[in-house]
Amino acid sequence: MIDFAMSKEQQMVRNEVAKLVKGVVVDTAHDMDEERHIPPAAIQKAWELGFSISMIPESYGGFGLKDSPVETALILEELACGDMAFALAVMLPSLFIHPIAEMGTEDQKEKYLPLYCGETYKPCTLAIQEPHVGSDPVDLETTAERQGKAYVLNGKKCFVPGAAKAGHMLVAAALDGENNLFIVSGDVPGMTVGAKEKNLGLYALDTFEVSFKDCAIPMENRLGGEDGCAYDQLIQKSRVAMAAIGTGVSRASLEFVKDYAKQRVQFGEPIVHRQSVAFMLAEMAYEVDAMRLMTWKAASRLEAGKDAARESYLAKLYTGEMAMKVTDYGVQVMGGHGYIRDYPVERYYRNGRGISILEGIATL
Amino acid sequence: MTRPSTRAKKEGLGKNLQTVIAIEELCWGDTGLLLSWPGQGLGNAAIDAVATEEQLERFGDKWAAMAITEPEAGSDTASITTTAELDGEEWVLNGEKIFVTAAERSEAVVVWATIDKEAGRGGIKSFVVEKGSPGFKLDHLEKKLGIRASDTGTFVLNNCRIPKDNILGSSEVKKSKTTAGFKGVMKTFDNTRPHVAAQGLGIARAALEFTKEKLEEVGAEFDYRKSPNNIKSREKDYYLMEANLEAARLLTWRAAWMADNGKRNSMEASMAKAKAGRAGTLLTQKCCDLLGPVGFSCRDLAEKWMRDAKIIDIFEGTGQIQHLIVARQFLGLSSKELK
Ligand SMILES: Cc1cc2nc3c(=O)[nH]c(=O)nc-3n(C[C@H](O)[C@H](O)[C@H](O)COP(=O)(O)OP(=O)(O)OC[C@H]3O[C@@H](n4cnc5c(N)ncnc54)[C@H](O)[C@@H]3O)c2cc1C
Repeated sequence: MIDFAMSKEQQMVRNEVAKLVKGVVVDTAHDMDEERHIPPAAIQKAWELGFSISMIPESYGGFGLKDSPVETALILEELACGDMAFALAVMLPSLFIHPIAEMGTEDQKEKYLPLYCGETYKPCTLAIQEPHVGSDPVDLETTAERQGKAYVLNGKKCFVPGAAKAGHMLVAAALDGENNLFIVSGDVPGMTVGAKEKNLGLYALDTFEVSFKDCAIPMENRLGGEDGCAYDQLIQKSRVAMAAIGTGVSRASLEFVKDYAKQRVQFGEPIVHRQSVAFMLAEMAYEVDAMRLMTWKAASRLEAGKDAARESYLAKLYTGEMAMKVTDYGVQVMGGHGYIRDYPVERYYRNGRGISILEGIATL
Repeated sequence: MTRPSTRAKKEGLGKNLQTVIAIEELCWGDTGLLLSWPGQGLGNAAIDAVATEEQLERFGDKWAAMAITEPEAGSDTASITTTAELDGEEWVLNGEKIFVTAAERSEAVVVWATIDKEAGRGGIKSFVVEKGSPGFKLDHLEKKLGIRASDTGTFVLNNCRIPKDNILGSSEVKKSKTTAGFKGVMKTFDNTRPHVAAQGLGIARAALEFTKEKLEEVGAEFDYRKSPNNIKSREKDYYLMEANLEAARLLTWRAAWMADNGKRNSMEASMAKAKAGRAGTLLTQKCCDLLGPVGFSCRDLAEKWMRDAKIIDIFEGTGQIQHLIVARQFLGLSSKELK
């Protein structure tokens, strides 16, 4: 079955997020970026819509609704269209909650989900990426070694969002060459969280380098228990989530310069009357649509419970490339003004760069 | 498959999606061959779209080519100068039509001509000219870069006489600049642009599959789990091509799906063709590049796919014209504002 329409329910969800974005993000995104800070009240407001916990069973504090990767992709696009850093911050707890709910043992679910599925936003996170050239989420340098009744972690992670305040995080590490996730509490000895990172984009998002030196964690903290977890599935979801976010950032740039180009007059006419400008906008328009369709296709496969290795890979690859192109055009359409931080397009451009580079900082 | 639009019309069903999927498969084989398939032509699409019952009876089963382009009128279709004048019970046509697909093989040609030059677009009508009509001559066939299995020819109309009721649509001249008549014919293209896009998908996919196979033979490994930033450049090139093909396909399917669901898809149809035309061209070039000597030699088909793919970005509206259509609609600009 091929269907390109959104269901009523999906439209409703999207509208709800759009309303939130309009209310608490649009007017403040610039300041959040300048001040490198997201007001907790804004995050709490978004949290109350329950995106991260709607699919968690009621017994653990969630809403017990059906898990819908497509719907989550819609939410992420919408949030990221407001502001990418805000989107990542709001959805941060999903990085911990969702893998536990999907792949954790009964004990792990019972122990950890209620901690984070309450009425107030509580940071918890996921550490996948590593600070070296060639960092690859499926070729991890961080290792876990079995020693008696513990696993001992060694290695370095970077770009871990919210690590400083996270009560718990999942850490990706290779155990006998197999990729695994380990539940690590925020105060475990042997783990060091560095200072807040400074990055090209996402100024408002707190991210950190986290290192592990002979960091011993209890045996029962291996996600999924003795059998380990379906690590690749998490990578697939995280790729589709980034694709959705990439679509959102790109759309933000497109929407902004569309209006700008119609109003900006040079040589006696709005610049949008020139083909070289109008064609950039046309290309941006269809590439944003294409990015969204790639995202939806991958998300739909996940929603149907199918393997989406190929689709999620292509979606992230494509949106990564195109987010660069579209947000670059966004700056270009505005000329020198696009370069100035009074306008949001330079922020979209900086943030858009993250789509292809960053792995495992969002999930469905 | 041979006449999807007629059949779809009779059944009252939209079959656009089926059609684009079928076209991709056929063009994976050969686009020139598809264009040489009786009844596949644009002329038939135009007849299906606007013919009366009586005309459908007479021409519905005839393979019809479409002749719009003239030596001095390509992208600017409204500037055609071929004329049609009513003389008693017959139209008399004069002019030259170039680059007509299936010029030789078709049984009839839908010819665009003006019945009132002063009226601009409002004066442009289309006429069904059957082969053998007096004064209708196939002048010559072209040699082309690609799609060589398809015949492309020039017609000369020299006091060419056809019956009065071979005109498609009404013969009334609308004085206003944007007329329903011209728009009606242009609307045919909303439906056919995704079809052309689908042709591009088939060519590109053939090239891509071949390239993948050849690269694997020399040790390339494709593993969708690994980070794209951590792989060899030829593998990344391949993935990017695959992603671009998929993006073009989804835009094409969406446009077709919209047509099937009675949604206006003019902008989306152009998006699909713009993307498929560009992606197919770049992708088949890259395949040749990656294949090295195998991509340059005519022993294999890579060079042919590169030659074939280029036409997708040219006929039925060049890539630039598709961008123009998208830009105007997306930005809400008139053709005066955005030329
Ligand atoms: C193999 C083949 C088969 C064909 N089959 C048919 C057929 O069956 N029937 C038929 O009627 N025609 C057919 N054509 C003609 C085809 O549709 C035209 O070649 C095409 O529309 C472009 O017109 P042109 O060649 O005159 O180029 P021009 O219109 O002269 O364009 C030259 C260049 O200028 C650009 N350009 C033109 N106007 C603009 C603008 N406003 N803004 C920006 N850029 C612009 C174009 O994109 C192009 O790059 C066929 C052509 C080929 C090669």
